[in-house]
Amino acid sequence: MTIAWNLFTPWASLAGGLVIGLATALYLFGNGRIAGIAGILASPLRAMLAGTSLRPDANRLLFLLGLLLAPWVWRMVAPLPAASVDVGTAGLVVAGLLVGVGVRMGNGCTSGHGVCGLSRFSLRSLVNVLAFMGAGFATVFVLRHLL
Amino acid sequence: MGHVFGFFSGLVFGIGLILAGMTDPMKVKAFLDLAGAWDPSLALVMGGAIALGVLVFARARLRSRSWTGTPMEIPTNSTIDGRLIAGGLLFGAGWGIGGFCPGPALVALGSGMGAAGIFVLAMLVGMLLHDKLLAQP
Repeated sequence: MTIAWNLFTPWASLAGGLVIGLATALYLFGNGRIAGIAGILASPLRAMLAGTSLRPDANRLLFLLGLLLAPWVWRMVAPLPAASVDVGTAGLVVAGLLVGVGVRMGNGCTSGHGVCGLSRFSLRSLVNVLAFMGAGFATVFVLRHLL
Repeated sequence: MGHVFGFFSGLVFGIGLILAGMTDPMKVKAFLDLAGAWDPSLALVMGGAIALGVLVFARARLRSRSWTGTPMEIPTNSTIDGRLIAGGLLFGAGWGIGGFCPGPALVALGSGMGAAGIFVLAMLVGMLLHDKLLAQP
């Protein structure tokens, strides 16, 4: 293992983590619910599929709108950091399908199990986090060093 | 009032993800690439969020109602089963391929990144496929 010091952004990443923690607090104290993004997406999606009212999901839809508008607010102050991918359309589709099925089956993602679950010392969340981190490390190892 | 908290927590969450560097899939993959040139930044994102989160949840547990009067619904499920593990493995594999997890993908979509649009569309299809075909009865 070599550490890529040129890519390492300790202060920005730590500050970003604290801001994420602050957002989790706002959602939890404001709405009484955990800010798990997989769950926040899945609930209105289920309602649409079932044809039931989206009214109970208003808070979730507004949370999602906030996520989508965050880069616009950021741009008012500073240019967005560069972002790019190293896979084509087929790779993105496979990745999206796996993430979609996986977060529903495991009932959470990096925010719900990762941030919220670990913050409340949930063993269930820890098991899920170890599974997705392990699979993430293994997948990148295979893609970058074996294939 | 609840709506205001919904919107602003999403907005603040998204700004945190951008600041943290999580909206760049290449940075995420550099974190997942232990055998290559490893970028440990994302460990600090998790560390920062959880350090604050531990205090937040400890305080939240003392309440029965939120600021807007809704009940506090902190999860109580502690089931550890094959679905929890298989779900994590599938999610992690997809995360490793694309470098996107759900939150950052939505933020990147909001910024107009085409790749994020393709990913999010496929992710929504995956969620629906699961709920239609693989959900527990």
